[in-house]
Amino acid sequence: MNKKVISALLCGTMILGAASPVFAAGEGQKIALVGKSAGNAFFEIAAASFQETVEAEGGEVEVVYPETATADAQIKVLDNLISQDFDAICIAANDVNALQAKLEEAMDAGIKVSSFDSAPNKDSRQVFINQAGTQAVGQALIDAVLDITGGEGQFAILSATSQAANQNAWIEAMQTIMEGDEKYSGLELVEVAYGDDEPQKSTDQTAALIQNYPDLKVICAPTTVGIAAAAKYLQDNEATCKLTGLGLPSEMLEYTGDDDAHSCPYFYLWDMQGLGKLSAYATMALVSGDITGALDETFTAGDLGEYTITEADDGGTEIVLGEPLQFTPENIEEYAELY
Amino acid sequence: MKQKSLMKRITGSREALLAIVLIVLFVIVTAISPSFLTPKSLMDMLKNNAVMMVMALGMLCVMLVGGIDISIMSTLALSGMAIGMLLKYDVIASPVLAFVIAIAIGIVCGFVVGLVISRADVPPIIATMGFMYVYRAMGYLISNGGEWASAAALGSFKDFATTDFLGINCVIWVIVICYAFFFWFMKWTRTGRKIYAVGSNAEAAQVSGINVKNIKLLVYVIMGLLSGLGGALQVSVYASAMPDMQYGGEMDVIAACVIGGVSMNGGRGTVLGALLGSLILATIARALPLIPFFNQLWLNTIKGVIILAVVIINIVLQRIADRNALKGREM
Repeated sequence: MNKKVISALLCGTMILGAASPVFAAGEGQKIALVGKSAGNAFFEIAAASFQETVEAEGGEVEVVYPETATADAQIKVLDNLISQDFDAICIAANDVNALQAKLEEAMDAGIKVSSFDSAPNKDSRQVFINQAGTQAVGQALIDAVLDITGGEGQFAILSATSQAANQNAWIEAMQTIMEGDEKYSGLELVEVAYGDDEPQKSTDQTAALIQNYPDLKVICAPTTVGIAAAAKYLQDNEATCKLTGLGLPSEMLEYTGDDDAHSCPYFYLWDMQGLGKLSAYATMALVSGDITGALDETFTAGDLGEYTITEADDGGTEIVLGEPLQFTPENIEEYAELY
Repeated sequence: MKQKSLMKRITGSREALLAIVLIVLFVIVTAISPSFLTPKSLMDMLKNNAVMMVMALGMLCVMLVGGIDISIMSTLALSGMAIGMLLKYDVIASPVLAFVIAIAIGIVCGFVVGLVISRADVPPIIATMGFMYVYRAMGYLISNGGEWASAAALGSFKDFATTDFLGINCVIWVIVICYAFFFWFMKWTRTGRKIYAVGSNAEAAQVSGINVKNIKLLVYVIMGLLSGLGGALQVSVYASAMPDMQYGGEMDVIAACVIGGVSMNGGRGTVLGALLGSLILATIARALPLIPFFNQLWLNTIKGVIILAVVIINIVLQRIADRNALKGREM
């Protein structure tokens, strides 16, 4: 009798064990996606792509937004989620440190915690999915400047505010890359101007750059409001100075083109769809146990290919999506529909 | 009656003093960066400050009756975003209709603000603070939670800001027409004079048969109208509508009026003062980035210091003028 039960159980386990690889990766998984706050169209693209990917694999996703864009509001949301039977939580954190206690509580309860868009500290997560490394952005931007200037000449940077952490990190990366390689020796960074992410101030700053440096060849604006304002000013005034940077395709559609009538030959931004997709695969891999979030683990993210977990700047681990996406006159119309 | 000395005449008129401040600013900036004083550069400056300049006229009216309105940039965002979305989703196409709709939304917003302040007697700063949040949130709501209406979505509407009429940009024509109208309106019409009367002494105005409540309502409607117009101009000039546009910009408009000698207590201030005040602010904003050896991080500090300096000079000279006026009185 006992033996029969045991053998039946063993048989059952074997069948299940043999059958499970047939199931899709995310079968039956229940994942919660916590945003920073409602009403960010840009974030919603990533969220939608995340949801689509998990659902295609047979799991389900609940996208939850806190009432306000604060850590406190996210803690309330997390409290609620921990008491339900979620397998994983993927969060875009509103604060680096404030969520630690709550997220540790979630991990202790057996819930896998991943993060994307903006990371909580290394103890609050198993892995962070990074849109593009600081170095990769800096490299793409300085290469664009080098390409558009034709190898030498003056360029300027039009940034957001002087305290903006992201922008400062990218600008610093650009400068370091410039100093470290001979091929950028012909470039001269004449000024870093700050438009405070206001169209009016960005326009004044662009006008001043053009007036002060008649030989200016390129303005690089690594901020969406700045690049749109500068693009409009340069294009309306038929300036010879060209533009590149980080921008939204729908905002830049009017200004992007290879000819003299357009002010911007090409520009960059992360691939928010790709970010959502990669985050979805990484989170599902955490739940299924394929990865634990430790350094050097690898996993396959569907048709995105193989990814390796690397060390993040804060000492934790991260998965870097890759190079920022390039928007050219050829592909901009397609992406402008999205964001 | 002896002739007033030139010195006295200048110190006796705030506008003359402001004009001198403006000329000095122009001379300094041109000395440092000669390209500043070219017609193109000046036209750029006016165009880039059109919103602030036009709305300063509304703030003048509001401040003349002793009020203040900090909801204006939320009204601007709501009306601008509304026409942005209407144009983006092809509900309307005509630029004229877009202007009319933006102005109409502005008037409605201003009317509601005015009702709350004039009828319910809520202090203006509190009432408009409430509406600042309400209108801004409504702007976000109609934008489907943060969508932008970008250049490509705005069709021919954005061409308004790049078209010239008689050699001058259309946006600058709007400024000129607004200032010409208000110069006439405030000085030569009964309603204009009533606004001054209510601001100088509301009780006396009431006794003399002026409907104080209606005048208070009217100034907020005017402010709303100009905020709506500002919304349309903003969307046209920058070829994009975002729900967070001009966030915090109301301070620039108030600063323009204060620099222009408009009193926070009401009753004192002129259209010419508002014009000079906003021109000084516009010049500072345009000129500071032009000064090359100058650390850009100091920009806002310098702007604040210049505003304070102008206002202090203004107050000192007002005192001198008041004293002189007393001295000169025939007993």
